[in-house]
Amino acid sequence: MFAYILRRLLYAVPILIGVNLLTFALFFVVNTPDDMARLQLGAKHVTADAIERWKVEHGYDKPLFLNTQATGSAQLTDTIFFRHSATMFVFRFGKGDDGRDIANEIRIRMGPSLAIALPVLVIGLMVNITFALLMVFFRATYLDLWGVVLCVILMSISGLFYIIAGQYFIAKLWNLLPISGFAGGINGLRFILLPVLVSVVAGIGSGSRWYRTIFLEEIGKDYVRTARAKGLSEIRVLFRHVLKNGMIPILTGVVVVLPLLFMGSLITESFFGIPGLGSYTIDAIQAQDFAVVRAMVFLGSFLYIVGLILTDISYSWVDPRVRLR
Amino acid sequence: MVRMGAILLKTGLLALGLGLIAGCSGSWNNPYPGSDAHANVLYSAFSERPKHLDPARSYSSNEAEFTGQIYEPPLQYHFLKRPYALIPLTAEAVPRPRYFDAAGRPLADDAPSAAIAESVYEIRIRPGIRYQPHPAFARDAAGHYRYLALDSDALAGKRQISDFAHRGTRELVAADYVYQLKRLANPRVSSPIFGLMSEHIVGLKALGDALQKASTAHPAAELNLNDFPLAGAEVVDRYTYRIHIKGKYPQFIYWLAMPFFAPVPWEADVFYAQPGMADRNLTLDWQPVGTGPYYLAENDPNRRMVLKKNPYFHGESYPADGDAADRQAGLLADAGKPLPFVDEAVFSLEKETIPYWSKFLQGYYDSSGISSDSFDQAVQFSAGGDPRLTDSMREKGIHLVTAVAASIWYVGFNMLDPVVGGQGEDRRKLRQAISIAFDYDEFISIFLNGRGIPAQGPIPPGLFGYVDGVAGLNPYVYEAQGGKIVRHPIEMAKKLLAEAGYPNGRNARTGEPLVLYFDTMASGPDTKSRLDWMKKQLDKLNVQLVVRGTDYNRFQDKMRKGNAQLFEWGWNADYPDPENFFFLLYGSNKKVATGGENAANYDNPEFDRLFERMKDMDNGPERQQVINAMLGIVRRDAPWIFAYYPKSFGLRHDWVHNVKPNLMANNTLKYRRIDPDLRAVRRAEWNHPVLWPIVLLAGGLVALVAPAAMAWRRRERTTA
Repeated sequence: MFAYILRRLLYAVPILIGVNLLTFALFFVVNTPDDMARLQLGAKHVTADAIERWKVEHGYDKPLFLNTQATGSAQLTDTIFFRHSATMFVFRFGKGDDGRDIANEIRIRMGPSLAIALPVLVIGLMVNITFALLMVFFRATYLDLWGVVLCVILMSISGLFYIIAGQYFIAKLWNLLPISGFAGGINGLRFILLPVLVSVVAGIGSGSRWYRTIFLEEIGKDYVRTARAKGLSEIRVLFRHVLKNGMIPILTGVVVVLPLLFMGSLITESFFGIPGLGSYTIDAIQAQDFAVVRAMVFLGSFLYIVGLILTDISYSWVDPRVRLR
Repeated sequence: MVRMGAILLKTGLLALGLGLIAGCSGSWNNPYPGSDAHANVLYSAFSERPKHLDPARSYSSNEAEFTGQIYEPPLQYHFLKRPYALIPLTAEAVPRPRYFDAAGRPLADDAPSAAIAESVYEIRIRPGIRYQPHPAFARDAAGHYRYLALDSDALAGKRQISDFAHRGTRELVAADYVYQLKRLANPRVSSPIFGLMSEHIVGLKALGDALQKASTAHPAAELNLNDFPLAGAEVVDRYTYRIHIKGKYPQFIYWLAMPFFAPVPWEADVFYAQPGMADRNLTLDWQPVGTGPYYLAENDPNRRMVLKKNPYFHGESYPADGDAADRQAGLLADAGKPLPFVDEAVFSLEKETIPYWSKFLQGYYDSSGISSDSFDQAVQFSAGGDPRLTDSMREKGIHLVTAVAASIWYVGFNMLDPVVGGQGEDRRKLRQAISIAFDYDEFISIFLNGRGIPAQGPIPPGLFGYVDGVAGLNPYVYEAQGGKIVRHPIEMAKKLLAEAGYPNGRNARTGEPLVLYFDTMASGPDTKSRLDWMKKQLDKLNVQLVVRGTDYNRFQDKMRKGNAQLFEWGWNADYPDPENFFFLLYGSNKKVATGGENAANYDNPEFDRLFERMKDMDNGPERQQVINAMLGIVRRDAPWIFAYYPKSFGLRHDWVHNVKPNLMANNTLKYRRIDPDLRAVRRAEWNHPVLWPIVLLAGGLVALVAPAAMAWRRRERTTA
């Protein structure tokens, strides 16, 4: 397995270089270093001299990919691409255009993102699985039918609506929780309750329907009939056997998103004032802060690759028939 | 059924318990600690995190909200007086420039501008002003600086300023102001006004070049600004310094009221330049060091920023000289009292308008703007068109504060364009016709909820040169009817269009329809209605308008290259002088030729001549006469459609006092006074937790689960 993981990690290197190259090319197709300088220096009194000085100070005065003025390997290394990308492979992201250290910022913002994403994942899983099992238990009854209808209704509503409705009813009309904000430690609990509740409710429709499909597929299999024939109660059949076997696709689906939990949720963080990584990324895109955009795309790609490797590992863990070589 | 009853009973008891807890511990939705309920703390919000807090770099209004309270330039704007008036802040008096000819001989105050080679501003600051507590000033028993020679080990475990055990202060001296002037030229600081100031301050450009050379030669070495002279700034004595300005630049006095010219102690630069500081985000750009009434006690731009009262603040009194309207509004009730009133100001990051507005209504923010979504809920217009608060707002004791911004929005014609540009009579008439057709009174009503005034020229109200009422109307677009200003009828626009060679919107020679192009950064569904409105305005003349949407970068690029035809642009005043608006039309500032701020590339020699005269004049009837002549020229030439002067609407709760919009000053926090006890009472009134939804929800869950549970039991029994 070790050789497999090592091989997969080595495969990741060209993928990350490719992602980096693509991000770089796309970013600089839309923004030139001059545009970046103008945005940073503001809309007023910006002179050509000031733009040049900004570019020199921030290392954007070099050619993008090939420095024909340089000699030898410097033709490739004395470029914006190399100078701003090579260090990322050792996770040194440098500074954003606002002068703040990106690695430090990621470290600070990871916690708030996780404070929302982790409970949403865990509670969401529990709620969705329970609801899905209930629908399966009452399959082909009016409860199953209305459960599915409810799921479709919940799925059809925009995520933004849940947020606005949650804030309006729970925080504004009934005054039960703060409408937005964040605090560290135990004080932060009352701030995360509402976003977690809203996110869990918003995910019930799609999650439960998917899990219901998985469980329904399992429930028709031979081992379930055998279990029933042994005289096990329906609850034991569902929770002991169906859930266990149904967990394989669920687990692999969950494991792949685990590393990405760090990246946060853009809309939720924005509306509830959560200082996480989701809002960091979108702020950087709006501010044309290439250093931050590049770092976040790199980190996202890396975490996704890690997630895929973890998925493979979890396959072998939950299904003894799978061997990683 | 007995079990179900028990569940319901337990749920009800739980809800009751929660209610009791709520009753004991205050509001459940309070985002602040309950212990702060009666604290003298002002609560506000910011929607965009500040990028720079270094006074040499910061140029945005959202940053000035913080830097304005921390840094003190020598001058400030009077809080109450209108028109805006400069008064001393750290200076002993508002300096008057002395003029010198090319040979260095002194000239009279009324010497002609052409004879003046240099203006010298001598500024004397008041003794005894001290900086906020900061580790950069901390000294040990032997008098040596504790934290100005740290190695990486000494920085271990230090992530914020409060992690340094010792702090100190020192007296503000004139050399600190000169040091900051040099910082404007430091390439590593990237001051946005360096380019502009190097045209005016003697030797600043040379200093910038020298620093750039040194920075390039030794990129890793720290630049010690004290080793680099600045010819245009001299320290006369401990409390006096002089600034030398090339020629005559009367508007320079206004720059002395901006944080760019606030003092920075050299110790702060040395402290933050130490290895490892920047990696911890410990930089002057994020951790300011000033002499102002407040210092930045908590700097978490991702969540909240907290300003606390500077214990070493030199003291200042609330102004006593306001007018009768100020007295009537209660703005003189605190006259003579020591500033600042508020102990602490908490600014929370609030990106979305909905939570911001809701929290304001709950009493958790002391003041708020009004977004378009909530405008109808907050404001209604009387029959006379005056804005007033809705009944629900008045019942809450909320007050409306309005002000016309020192800003203008305009639609510019690219004067280099062969169709709409140029000084020919036909092109002029075409522009005048289009100016009449664009009904900005309607635009303000539809899209701005009445928050604007149709513009009659480039100078907004509140600035010298603006003429109010019928006397100040633009005769090429408006006319007076019964003492009111009314837009010319569209027939006049059609007539002008025909005279311009486009009868009924078609080229008289070729018969081709006239098609104009409007370049804009606006895109998406929100702006579609606005763009449709613009098309409709030209439809009245049977002229087609093609909207060319683009992003910010491409739009700027088009403007620099002169590829746009019609475009929308705005300008906020840097200072309250008509020069700051007329220079947008000055020929030497043409965007295509010089990269300047004249985006329309307007060039009229007569206007330029008058501008050069007007900019050096003192306010008075003679200057007004020149301004009137300039207004006459630009109104006739119509390089802009003068769209509107935006009006700001703000709300405050009745526990907030001393609020008067001052669109020039950014240091007004020190004047604010709040009544925390009244606020606590109101918050408690408005935020009683409503518990029946919890009971209902629990009941609903039981009602849903119970039949399922019963069905399950039934099925289990059947199976068994």
